[in-house]
Amino acid sequence: MATPVKVYGPPMSTAVSRVLACLYEKNVEFELISINMSKGEHKKPEFLKLQPFGQVPAFEDESISIFESRAICRYICDKYADKGNKGLYGTNPLAKASIDQWIEAEGQSFNPPSSTLVFQLAFAPRMNIKQDKVLIRQNEEKLSKVLDIYEKRLGEARFLAGDEFSLADLSHLPNTQYLVSGTDKGNLFTSRENVGRWWDEISSRDSWKKVVDLQKGA
Amino acid sequence: MDQMRPVVYCSLCLLFVLDHITILPIMAAIKVHGSPLSTNTLRVLATVYEKELDHEFVLIDMSAGEHKKEHFLSTHNPFGQVPAFEDGDLKLFESRAITKYIACEYADKGTQLIYQDSKKMAITSVWMEVEGQQYEQIAAKLAWELVYKPLLLGMSADTAIVEENEHRLAKVLDIYESRLAQSKYLGGDCFTLADLHHLPTLHYLFGTQVKQLFDSRPHVSAWIADITARPAWLKALALQSQQ
Repeated sequence: MATPVKVYGPPMSTAVSRVLACLYEKNVEFELISINMSKGEHKKPEFLKLQPFGQVPAFEDESISIFESRAICRYICDKYADKGNKGLYGTNPLAKASIDQWIEAEGQSFNPPSSTLVFQLAFAPRMNIKQDKVLIRQNEEKLSKVLDIYEKRLGEARFLAGDEFSLADLSHLPNTQYLVSGTDKGNLFTSRENVGRWWDEISSRDSWKKVVDLQKGA
Repeated sequence: MDQMRPVVYCSLCLLFVLDHITILPIMAAIKVHGSPLSTNTLRVLATVYEKELDHEFVLIDMSAGEHKKEHFLSTHNPFGQVPAFEDGDLKLFESRAITKYIACEYADKGTQLIYQDSKKMAITSVWMEVEGQQYEQIAAKLAWELVYKPLLLGMSADTAIVEENEHRLAKVLDIYESRLAQSKYLGGDCFTLADLHHLPTLHYLFGTQVKQLFDSRPHVSAWIADITARPAWLKALALQSQQ
């Protein structure tokens, strides 16, 4: 039976894979509709109706059409609160606030330098775009400072928002996967004891392994 | 009878005092740590004022590097940034997490800043992410070049960076123009955090050449005129002249 839940975008996109990880964690069936970005499908009028910024992912179910991966994840967690990992977005307001705090930290402090590095080191070569060495160095420095803070935090708590795996940790999976497995900058994570331990734990979750398989198969 | 008089006087005094005593205000459970010049702090202050919440504003001396010192890092925000927030035992950082917490926890007070309906909230959540991921990244770069660099460092703007980011902002604002042609506010019919989050950086950009990018788009322009006139926002801004 066809599911109404649709995700638009290629699984290799970090933002798309963020949403896929969330759907797997919540045991929500979905259909992945691939968007061929090298052919500019994401800039065509039909797609712009779903995502006016011409970016992936876009998301639809029987009642709504939304975009922005972190907003999609929050929607999935709220709509399917009783499915799959029930604590993914916290089970009380204080837990939720702490998770939101670390999702914001991811979006505002971790994502900018890490996604620049992912693009420069993992995607640019494949796209025959010349790497910007200065940009790489600057963002490696920025990311190192952020990871020093994470190292301290993860010495105090098992996961970013507390004792349980949450949407905050999940948000970090896509960029880190590329950096650790697809570039020579993995040591930024693995050389830090607590960050390394945290990465091993969150990346070995079944939900993330499924996403990685999808990325390999695409 | 003579021995009774002091007792009577004392009793009367006590009654007089009890009649006129004012209950000392309980120490505000809500504290906002930051600077009124900081866009991120203003975001939280505007929210606190919209919700009409008793609170204490704790000024952080950023010019003295207070936010980078060990006490602030270990107590309030390990990223060494403002604002930081307390509500009783709860401590939070990241302005957009703080505003959401306030909007949810105090849903029954002051202005409604989020929707209770999950579908409407999902749309609002989308535009909150648009602000944080699309708009702010560009607007903050422009504010840095055109406002903070000259003001704090006495340096002039990098024209290449300004031009590039004005171009990017124009594209984003085209999308805002379409959205606001269909919807009075970004999230829907009502003012929400999706709109409020834009106020601080907007305020700074309005004092620069970037203003014309907003003025030249009628729906964006009308939306800005509306949200910047809100009393709660003006109250937050007024703190700048008080410091």
